[in-house]
Amino acid sequence: MTQSNRITGGQIDRTKTLRFTFDGIPYQGHPGDTLASALLANGVKLMGRSFKYHRPRGPISAGSEEPNALVELRSGGRQEPNTRATVAELFDGLTANSQNRWPSLRFDAMGINDKLSTFFAAGFYYKTFMWPKSFWEKLYEPIIRRAAGLGSVTREEDPDNYDKGFLHCDLLVIGAGPTGLMAALTAGRAGKRVILADEDFRMGGRLNAETYAVGDLQGADWAAGVVAELSSMPNLRLMTRTTVVGAFDHGIYSAVERVSDHLATPTDGKPRQILWRIYSGKAILAGGATERPVAFENNDRPGIMMAGALRAYANRWGVKVGERVAVFTNNDDGLRTALDLQAIGVDVVAVIDSREGGDLLPGIRHLQGAEVIDTAGNLGLKSISVRQANGRSETFAVDALGVSGGWNPNVNIHSHHRSRPVYDPAIAAFIPGKDGPPGLLVAGAAAGQMSTHAALKTGRDAAIAACDLTNGPDLPQAEDAPVRITPLWHVAHGKGRAWIDQQNDVTVKDIKLAKQENFTSVEHLKRYTTLGMATDQGKTSNVIGLAVMAELTGRSIPETGTTIYRPPYTPVAMGTLAGRSRGREFKPFRLTPSHHWAKEQGAIFVEVGNWLRTQWVPKAGETEWRQSVDREVLATRKSVGICDVTTLGKIDIQGTDAGAFLDRVYANTFSTLAVGKCRYGLMLREDGIVFDDGTTARMSPSEYVMTTTTANAVTVFRHLEYCRQVLWPDMDVQLISTTEAWAQFSAAGPNARNLLAKIVDQDISDAAFPYMGAGNITVGGLRARLFRISFSGELAYEIAVPTRYGDALLREMLAKGAEFDPIVYGTEALGVMRIEKGHVAGGELNGQSTALNMGLGKMVSKKKDSIGMVLSQREGMTAENGYRLVGVKPVDPQAKLTAGSHFLEKGAAAVAANDGGWLTSKVYSPHLGCDIALGYLKAGDTKIGQRMRIVNLLAGLDTEVEIISPHMFDPEGERLRG
Amino acid sequence: MIIHHPILGPRDAQEFVYLGDANLIDRPDGMTAGVEVFHEYLYQRTNPAGEHQELWYHEQGDRSWLVITRNTVTHEITKVELARDVARSRGRSK
Repeated sequence: MTQSNRITGGQIDRTKTLRFTFDGIPYQGHPGDTLASALLANGVKLMGRSFKYHRPRGPISAGSEEPNALVELRSGGRQEPNTRATVAELFDGLTANSQNRWPSLRFDAMGINDKLSTFFAAGFYYKTFMWPKSFWEKLYEPIIRRAAGLGSVTREEDPDNYDKGFLHCDLLVIGAGPTGLMAALTAGRAGKRVILADEDFRMGGRLNAETYAVGDLQGADWAAGVVAELSSMPNLRLMTRTTVVGAFDHGIYSAVERVSDHLATPTDGKPRQILWRIYSGKAILAGGATERPVAFENNDRPGIMMAGALRAYANRWGVKVGERVAVFTNNDDGLRTALDLQAIGVDVVAVIDSREGGDLLPGIRHLQGAEVIDTAGNLGLKSISVRQANGRSETFAVDALGVSGGWNPNVNIHSHHRSRPVYDPAIAAFIPGKDGPPGLLVAGAAAGQMSTHAALKTGRDAAIAACDLTNGPDLPQAEDAPVRITPLWHVAHGKGRAWIDQQNDVTVKDIKLAKQENFTSVEHLKRYTTLGMATDQGKTSNVIGLAVMAELTGRSIPETGTTIYRPPYTPVAMGTLAGRSRGREFKPFRLTPSHHWAKEQGAIFVEVGNWLRTQWVPKAGETEWRQSVDREVLATRKSVGICDVTTLGKIDIQGTDAGAFLDRVYANTFSTLAVGKCRYGLMLREDGIVFDDGTTARMSPSEYVMTTTTANAVTVFRHLEYCRQVLWPDMDVQLISTTEAWAQFSAAGPNARNLLAKIVDQDISDAAFPYMGAGNITVGGLRARLFRISFSGELAYEIAVPTRYGDALLREMLAKGAEFDPIVYGTEALGVMRIEKGHVAGGELNGQSTALNMGLGKMVSKKKDSIGMVLSQREGMTAENGYRLVGVKPVDPQAKLTAGSHFLEKGAAAVAANDGGWLTSKVYSPHLGCDIALGYLKAGDTKIGQRMRIVNLLAGLDTEVEIISPHMFDPEGERLRG
Repeated sequence: MIIHHPILGPRDAQEFVYLGDANLIDRPDGMTAGVEVFHEYLYQRTNPAGEHQELWYHEQGDRSWLVITRNTVTHEITKVELARDVARSRGRSK
């Protein structure tokens, strides 16, 4: 097809032809076209089906406010639903498809909804699909979703990259129409750092769509000249295809730059889109205005669009939307469309002007006091019915109708801090109210200044005010026509449907229904009818919707009010918000020093916070994880096992008050700890709940080394800084996190000392390095630290070397200690051994448990003040029948336990009232030959030796267990002192 | 938001961690105050719609704890001080 509706003029490059397809049919367009302008140039007006009724729809606008012409672009991983054809820039090879129709756009089976519209009125699903309840998820919702929908998402991964960036400027100018260009010119010539952002791919705004002169140039040419000057300024950054989507605090704005949307694929190294965070000194909103429709019966047929859009397609894109055109208006701006179209030779059949009186347009049938009352044409407009001032009806055969109900200033960004727009009767529209974002000025049509002259003047003056200038450029001559409008929101006639919100299929009837059911507040109206929701956020529909509600309720428009706008101004793709935080880059791994060794062995890894730790290290022939874990536990307890414990938090604490400081932050005492010794420390929150635990060693009178759990390394450090700076600011104590400075390995088992003796340079006999000893040592001359501490209950040490030597240390230990058959164990074996010993970890340190719950109540010293000491004594937390940590073992050794299961007395019904507590951790103990568990049991300390049941209704578990001491293996601790 | 750090100048709020009411500075002495006093200290906080003094921590920065005076309605920040200085001025020492 050969662009049958293309006429002369416009800002398209006719020397180049772009090929594209829509629903598989090939078409041609030119650089400068949007998908909508190119389709209209080819005589295609039908571009979609409506959301609920599946009514045939075409574009009503030429911009980002478009509610109807939503299409799917591209295919495969780049398939993009709900894209507005009116802003999709045409490129060679573009494939576009209509959506929400089956089997085809021209014949849509779901068009039956239109005939059943009675059932689909506002709130229909709230009322219709209430019963029975179980049908909702399985039946109603899937059907409704399929029938009433928009586009579909691809199941493939997006192959493109998205990025984020940061920009700083003295002045951000939002919108590059006459207002924004003049503002940028004023500030730019004064040397200010200016960012000028516009969502369009061509700057100039409405000047590109009009025939006005600015100075002695055509408006579009004046705009191009200003853009050229701005482009030459080093202090200016011009950003086309960039939508400012939100105003945030302290002059920060977010903007989406569509870097590559207009290309088939991004050029090498370029992202598809960038989410910019713009830090501005001041900002000017020069976002222009959006034309709104008038509601009348069957006003949604393809070919009916905003009068200003008809004009834009003709002037900017060289497209006549129809051969025989009418205009329906309540204001002077609609008359401009008629004149512009007439001037380029389009047959303007009639202008239906709802106002009485005033000058008649020359050479055009100008019906005053008339209204369009109905239209006809199934897949495209064929005729309109007009009721004239004298009451007579007349039908006009037309294939396009321009409608103008007035222009709404684009106040959106100004409302992002909850500023409510105020109604200005002079232009019958809402303008920005007070208390907008600090530092944001509004100018031009966005401020209700509708003429070109007013745009230029207020743009310049806003820049002068924002940048503290004394003057700006002289203003070029420009039209300064007043706004002449007599509001008309909907045509009262007949019983048919008159659309207000075409995207959500909200009609005047729905507003009436909302009123009838007392959803009269604008916020209720929106949620009850869905007016103003979805991708266009009611840019064309909100104001007429609330105006109709005002009429129905007899209130004024200011009394009725308006909903406020929130970010984003236009839809933002999820990929853009994610940026590079995608896949592995969303949460990068921290690798342990033994990672490479473990990978060579085929180890299985587990994510622990950001860390990737070895979970177990399978040996040849092991087919099931338990075989590996059991072997690791048995080998450790038999000879020696090594575990990478680098992930534990390590904090160096130094200063003359270090000991006193630790006494305050730990529940137990550390100032009395001898140099060269370690102690287990219990840290509480101020509310008395256990925060963290770990061992802390005293390396010198004024230096301690604290360890924290892996999970709390960051929060403990933050807490210590808080205590040091906020609570006790004069304590002489300094902190530094050394978690990543030291590689640390635990060596545990009867041969741990024998193995380490082959590695370290010092004497580590029991006499020289007793249980809970700590000290600086050397390993082959390399500085190192040694701690004789045990989590496994074995004779055990933790040895630390500077991180870069961690891998070498591990290999050295395995090589030099080969005679002891050392194994490396992972977090699973670690868990088995700590549970066998009754040591608390994640399941017990659950942020809800006290020291008393854990059986560690005596550790909380009352002889000194420490964080959480006082509140840990609260009545509810010291109850004698409170939860206590116990060990659990099934009576039947074959029975399996499940963590999270509950304690019940024998014979008690499995109901919450009989709940005795729960299992916090469970493992299989190869030493005891059965499952064992730790748990919190009410008054558990009095129940040791008793039998209870462990019940888990979800897992189908109900088994008899024996309550035992949590110290299930080597309770006397003989092994670790060996 | 932008926080004007007294040492480092304007910094993005994303670099900070929020804790809450700066009255946490006035921690009672655990050796003399009892459960009631600590309960008041920890839980009884005003939640003003307006000016509020808050503790923030520059975790992705110099690890300073700050007292920030912020209007909870407008997010206007009128004062940023080192928490250590505020604590000392309120009589805290060791």
